[in-house]
Amino acid sequence: MTALTVLAADTPSLVQSVDWLAIAPVVITAVVGLAVLVADLFVAERHKPALGWISVAGLAAATATLLPLRAGDRSTFCLTADPEACSYVADGFTVVVQFLVLAGALLTALLSVTAVRDTRMPAGEYWFLLLSSAAGAALLPASRDLATLIVALEVASLPAFALVGMRRGDRLSSEAALKFFLSSVTATAVSLMGVSFVYAVTGSLHLTQVADRLEDVPGQLDTLAMAGVALTLVGFAFKTAAVPFHFWVPDTYVGAPLPIAGYLSVIGKAVGFTGLILVTVIAFPAYSQVWGPAVAVLAALTMTLGNAAAVRQSADRPNSAVRLLAWSSVGQAGYLLVPIAAAAYTERDQIGSTLAYALMYAAVNLGAFAVAALVARTKPLHRIGDYRGLYAERPLAALSLAFFLLCLAGLPPGIIGLFAKVTVFQSAVDAGLGWLAVLMAINVVIALYYYLRWTALLFRAPEGAPGAQARTKAPWPVAAAIVATAITAVVLSGAPQLVLRVASGSLFTQ
Amino acid sequence: MIDISPSVMQFLLAFLVAAPLLGAVAALLPAPPGLKGRSPEQAVLRHGVTVTGVILAAAIALALGFDHDAPARFQATTDISWIPALDVRIHLGVDGISLPLLVMTALLFFLCALYSYFKLPAGPSPKAFVALLLVLESGTLATFAVLDLLLFFLAFEMVLIPMYFLIARWGGAQRQAAAWKFILYTLLGSVVMLLGLLLIGVTADTFDMVALATDNGRELSRTTQLLAVLAIGLGLAVKTPMWPLHTWLPDAHTAAPTVGSVLLAGVLLKMGTYGFVRILLPVTPDGMAAFAPYLGAFAVVGIVYGSLACLALARKGNKGDLKRLIAYSSVGHMGFVLLGIASMTPTGVNGALFANIAHGLITGLLFFLVGALKDRYGTADLDTLAGATGAALYGRAPRFGALLAFAAVASLGLPGLAGFWGEMLALFGAFDPAEGLSRPAFLTYTAVGALGTLLTAAYLLVVVRRVCMGDPKAGPELTVADVHRYEFAAWTPLVALTVLAGLWPALLLGLTDPAVQQLLAGGTS
Repeated sequence: MTALTVLAADTPSLVQSVDWLAIAPVVITAVVGLAVLVADLFVAERHKPALGWISVAGLAAATATLLPLRAGDRSTFCLTADPEACSYVADGFTVVVQFLVLAGALLTALLSVTAVRDTRMPAGEYWFLLLSSAAGAALLPASRDLATLIVALEVASLPAFALVGMRRGDRLSSEAALKFFLSSVTATAVSLMGVSFVYAVTGSLHLTQVADRLEDVPGQLDTLAMAGVALTLVGFAFKTAAVPFHFWVPDTYVGAPLPIAGYLSVIGKAVGFTGLILVTVIAFPAYSQVWGPAVAVLAALTMTLGNAAAVRQSADRPNSAVRLLAWSSVGQAGYLLVPIAAAAYTERDQIGSTLAYALMYAAVNLGAFAVAALVARTKPLHRIGDYRGLYAERPLAALSLAFFLLCLAGLPPGIIGLFAKVTVFQSAVDAGLGWLAVLMAINVVIALYYYLRWTALLFRAPEGAPGAQARTKAPWPVAAAIVATAITAVVLSGAPQLVLRVASGSLFTQ
Repeated sequence: MIDISPSVMQFLLAFLVAAPLLGAVAALLPAPPGLKGRSPEQAVLRHGVTVTGVILAAAIALALGFDHDAPARFQATTDISWIPALDVRIHLGVDGISLPLLVMTALLFFLCALYSYFKLPAGPSPKAFVALLLVLESGTLATFAVLDLLLFFLAFEMVLIPMYFLIARWGGAQRQAAAWKFILYTLLGSVVMLLGLLLIGVTADTFDMVALATDNGRELSRTTQLLAVLAIGLGLAVKTPMWPLHTWLPDAHTAAPTVGSVLLAGVLLKMGTYGFVRILLPVTPDGMAAFAPYLGAFAVVGIVYGSLACLALARKGNKGDLKRLIAYSSVGHMGFVLLGIASMTPTGVNGALFANIAHGLITGLLFFLVGALKDRYGTADLDTLAGATGAALYGRAPRFGALLAFAAVASLGLPGLAGFWGEMLALFGAFDPAEGLSRPAFLTYTAVGALGTLLTAAYLLVVVRRVCMGDPKAGPELTVADVHRYEFAAWTPLVALTVLAGLWPALLLGLTDPAVQQLLAGGTS
């Protein structure tokens, strides 16, 4: 009896305690998603729009639960033997990325409410898939072991494939989904291979333990570890649409419903770069001489190719507006990678610049997609030429889009875009990556050309007789999304500190 | 001169930067009742005149309240934190170097608004025109008022979008291509400049220009200074523009509407040279000393190149465009400014700053005149204008002809007018450059620069002969309106200031000299 008690006291309990508040943002999103799927079975056709509003409310609630977490000092699912090694950490980094993901998903949901109704997409499936993907994307930044990381990555991407193929009877849509699916699965398989190599070398899946054990790898395992590191990166590079893993982007964006294209351009990217950040700066700092130059080269290729392709979009081809946004998002992904590369040469806090840039990019890019959704209601061809004279037709939407585009270009009056670029430049200069900074400078100029060309088009005199077509009223959820993003962009331009403070100081607790 | 309390001075400077922006927003809103005017167009143009007028009044009040006994000290300073994450502070202040530029900028914008009120360039709605003009004014005034490197960059970038639209929407032939060339060229320059600014900021751990100037580059290694001067200098040289980076300028000037050309030449180019004096000279003296001989060489090549291009354009049968000619003459004049800066002596830098102001006044006036000429004749092509014997402005529109002749001789540097002092001092500075710089090289530059003044005189006199003289009876029968009243109103201040600065140079030099002395001595004297 006594012996047993002593034994029980010596062996720590195998049951991990769970901090429910810390995981609330993810759990709420997932639970609401399941609830919507089940409710879909019992709800009459005419009440289906309610499912959309439940999803919007769920995402809003999940975003709200981030408020008590903003101190960023919680962790849960820790090893009972080693409380330092946790699978779920809600530190500053996690909270910022979760905010980006959930707020972005909320905006996407607002845009989707009208899109689902107008295009007659199956409501239950649509909302379930969107919320599942958002839950996966919200889990990703918090996961601190390689297994959770891969699971979160898959939860975020698998529903996205189905969402891309949602437009029933649209050949382009299914083709895009298949292309997206096949290339993504290949990338994940390669990633898993890398993870297994790393596990073989270190014997642990927890990122912090992996980092410690990679410090002194036995000589004969060094090659294996290096291969593991390189292969793991491939999967995440694919998600960020880094060149040469970018080819799925334009077709996927064009084939997907417009809100989903916006979702992929922001949350899909966020998934990629958070995963990339976690494996590089948390798990593999010991191999920074391997991934540092690799990420720098990826960044250079990505921004150059993305911008070069975006410049070549002619204004009169169908879908040129979506294609331009797709290619420009590839270019922007290049800028997002720069601070990660810089972190290899200096310190890991550089990645704060990536987050700051991503927050700015999320707001303005979703805003641009929202305006595109509005314009597509009367001109469904998605041509850049359709935006000619938008100012005469819808002055506020045109002014907002102009502001978003100038933020993306990084020129005043888009002050927040300018300073977000400055932080990225600063990280490159700080790390001594002069060549990358100069290349990025040239890319900024190329990007200005196509953003400004589009902006200038908004204010030209409209073609044909004015008032030839009756002005349709903007549906209020779309209008709300435009107003919300526009106000965010304007407020941030006045007070860039709100976003840029994540670029200074440390975000990680471990 | 008058005693104004420091807090009012502080407000005046902040007002100069912020008010045009508020005015721009107000211009886009519908006019309030009571201010509707005859038509919405007239109301918004009047709004532009009012706002720029108020800003000019504020600038003059600032100049009057400025303590002229201590022009080396920053006055009317504001220093509040804006973006702690990037260490960006809203740090404003004015000293003897920036005060004349601020006043001249406010004046030129007011005159341009006044001129547009009566003679709006053809294009879309005047609402947007006024709003863009005011944003442009805010950006240029901010460039001269800020004392933080990143804020300087922000102000530098702020002028791009408005100027692009002014050229692309209200310009003349080939305006699209010219506008693109302008914005892409200058953006490339300024992004490279940003890299240099960041290099300084990251190494010295501050973006504050005053702290950096006081430190005088002691914190920065020689390599850092060289890299920073190369990057920043490149950006500023595109804006100035320095030969061979000037190619955007002639196209932009030719295509821009009259007020666009006036502001481009009178104000925007000064942002480049101001950056050289305010940032590169005090912050990175070693790097600047290493590059000064090259800068001087490019400057004198620019002087000669600009004059030769003008001579070619002025010749009969070359179909020279008068606006393009004045644009090339700007390349030459800015060459003198750069030569003065490259000498790194108080004399040279004072001359550069003086030539800056003189060029703003005189070339501003020239562009006004040529623009008005183009409006009257429908072309600025010299051959068409002159016909067989000459355009005979003296005979057809005597006042107009006299003004054009006046502006031309002021531009060629006639003693007694503003153009003379700056270029002479710049050449003097180059004759005896700062210690450590190669004397023989700079002597050569002085000689070549002096030759440039001769060439300048040559082409300007050719222009005067072909445009002002001639037989009024020969050539096409047309009546040319003489100077209108509103044109007098817009041009007289420029004429008066050109004469004043020419006869009383101490007015300007007294302001700049102490500030320049302190700048070159490393903020200690």
